[in-house]
Amino acid sequence: MTTLDTTTPVAVPPKPTFKVNWVRLAPFLYTIGLFVIWEVGVRISGLPHTILPTPTRVFEAIVQYWSPIWKNSIQTLYTTVLGFLIAVVAGLGIGLFIGWSKTIYAGLYPIMVGFNAIPKVALVPILVIWFGIGTVPAVLTAFLISFFPIVVNVATGLATIEPETEDVLRALGAKKMDIMLKVGIPRSMPYFFGSLKVAITLAFVGSVVSETVASNSGLGNMMASAQSNFNVPLVFAGLLMLAVEGIAMYALMAWVEKRMTGWAHRSSMAN
Amino acid sequence: MASPLVSIENVDMRYGGPSGTLAVSGLNLRINRGEFVAVVGPSGCGKSTLMKLTTGLHIPQAGAVIVANSQVTKPVSIVGMAFQNPTMLPWRTTLENILLPLEIVEKHRHRLRSHKAEYVAKAEKLLETVGLKGFGEKFPWQLSGGMQQRANLCRALIHEPELLMLDEPFGALDAFTREELWCVIRDLHASQDVTIVLVTHDLRESVFLADKVVVMSARPGRVIAEHEVPFERPRQLELLYEPAFNEMVQKLHGEIATARVAA
Ligand SMILES: Nc1ncnc2c1ncn2[C@@H]1O[C@H](COP(=O)(O)OP(=O)(O)O)[C@@H](O)[C@H]1O
Ligand SMILES: [Mg+2]
Repeated sequence: MTTLDTTTPVAVPPKPTFKVNWVRLAPFLYTIGLFVIWEVGVRISGLPHTILPTPTRVFEAIVQYWSPIWKNSIQTLYTTVLGFLIAVVAGLGIGLFIGWSKTIYAGLYPIMVGFNAIPKVALVPILVIWFGIGTVPAVLTAFLISFFPIVVNVATGLATIEPETEDVLRALGAKKMDIMLKVGIPRSMPYFFGSLKVAITLAFVGSVVSETVASNSGLGNMMASAQSNFNVPLVFAGLLMLAVEGIAMYALMAWVEKRMTGWAHRSSMAN
Repeated sequence: MASPLVSIENVDMRYGGPSGTLAVSGLNLRINRGEFVAVVGPSGCGKSTLMKLTTGLHIPQAGAVIVANSQVTKPVSIVGMAFQNPTMLPWRTTLENILLPLEIVEKHRHRLRSHKAEYVAKAEKLLETVGLKGFGEKFPWQLSGGMQQRANLCRALIHEPELLMLDEPFGALDAFTREELWCVIRDLHASQDVTIVLVTHDLRESVFLADKVVVMSARPGRVIAEHEVPFERPRQLELLYEPAFNEMVQKLHGEIATARVAA
C-alpha cells in the first residue's frame, strides 16, 4: 500500500489537510478538562456528596429534577432579562442626559458613584417592603445593579468628544442637539454596546441575590431551599444552569456588540 | 478695494475668568478677500485663539472681530476649518464625512436630502481635486494620515466657505506628504475664490504658500510684523531652494527667536 502511494503520487488526491483548529476547540477542551479534574479530584479525595458532589452526580440531579430546574431557570432568565432591558433603556436615557453637558456630568457623577457603592443586596429588604416578595424585587435588583455600567459608558462616550470635532461643527453653526445626534450618540454606541456584556452579567447577580432572600421562585430560591434540605447536588445543578444562562447571554451581547459597532474595532478608537 | 473680509481690532482674549490666562492682547489684523495669510509665532502665543476668535467660537472680552462687515457674536458659518488632527468620524465613509457640514449649515441642511446627487457630485469633484478620486467609499481608518488630511480639506470646503481656516494642518505629516499637500492647497487657492488663513510653525510652509506672513509675539499674543511675500505665483517647489526664499525664512526665524526671548 505504501508502495502504491509513493509510485503514483499524482493519482492520489492530496491528503485533506486535517488541521485541528486548537484555538476554536480550546474552550470546549478546557471545560471538559475542568469537569474531569473535578470528577477525579472528588473521587480520589472521597469527599461526600453533601460537601462537593461530582459532576456526574450534578448531571444526575439535573435529569432528576429537570422540571423544577427548567421552570426556575426560565423564571430567573425572565427576571434577569426584564431587569436588564429596563436598565438598557434607563441607562441609555440617563447616560445621554448626564453626558449632555459638562455641568450635569460634574454634578451627577459623584451621586451616581455613591449610589453604585451601595451593595444592592442591602436594597432588597426595602424593595420587599415596597413591592412584596417575588418577581418585582428580583427584576428591580437586576435593574439597579446593571444600569450603572451602562450609564457610565454612555456618558463617557459623550463627554469625551474630541474638542476639535466639536469646534469644527460649532463653527458651522451646529446646535448642541446637532453635535449630539451627529457625533455624540454614534460615538457613544461602542461604549454602550461594550457595557452590555458587563451589565447582563451583573443583572444575573442582582436577580439571583434577590430570589435567594426574597422570592418563592427562580434559581436563587431553588438553590436556597435545596441547601436547607442538604440537597447539595441540586444546589450545584442550579449553579450550572446559572453558568449556562450567563454564558449564553454574554455571548449574545458580544455578538450584538460586534454586529452594531464593527467600525470601532477596525478604527483606532478603542472601546 | 472693498472693506477687508476679516478685521480684528484691538482684541483682548482671556481664558478662564478675570484671573485666567491672557492669550492675546491688543491684537490687530486685517485680511482681504482672496488673500492667503499665514500666521506664525512661538508656540502658545495665541495662534489657535486667533482662529477661534475669527470663527466666532470664542468672543473676545475687549475689542471687535468683524467678518464680512458684521461683528462676530456667534459662530460664523462662512468659514471652513481644518485642524492638525483630521477628526474624521470613523463610522462614516470618507464621502459621508465630507458631506457632514451640509447636514449642519442652515443654507444646505434642508436641501441636502432632495439634492443629494448634486452634493455628492460636488464632494467627488473635491476629492478629485485633492487627489483622492474614488476613495469616497473608504472609511477614514482605511486611509493614510496624508489622505485623511486631504479628505479633511474637502470637508472644510464642501459648503463653499468664503474663509478657510487651517490650524497647523500638516503638522503630523512626513516631509514628502507635507510638500504634496502644500501644492494641493496652493492649487485650491488658485482655482477657487477663497480666502485662506493658515496657522503654522513651519516657516518654509508659510513663505511658500502665503501672500502675507503675520508674525505674532509670545503670549499675550499680538501682531509684531507683517511681511508681504514677493514671490511670483504660480510657485513651484523649486522655490524652496532659492536663496531669496531662504533669506526670507531666515529673517522670519530671527524675528520669532527674538519674540520668544522677549517673553
Ligand atoms: N480653552 C482654554 N482654556 C485656558 N487656556 C487656554 C485655552 N486655550 C488656550 N489657552 C491658553 O492660551 C494660550 C494661547 O493658546 P493657543 O491659542 O492655543 O496657542 P497656539 O495655538 O499659538 O499654540 C496658551 O497659553 C494656552 O495655554
Ligand atoms: Mg495651536
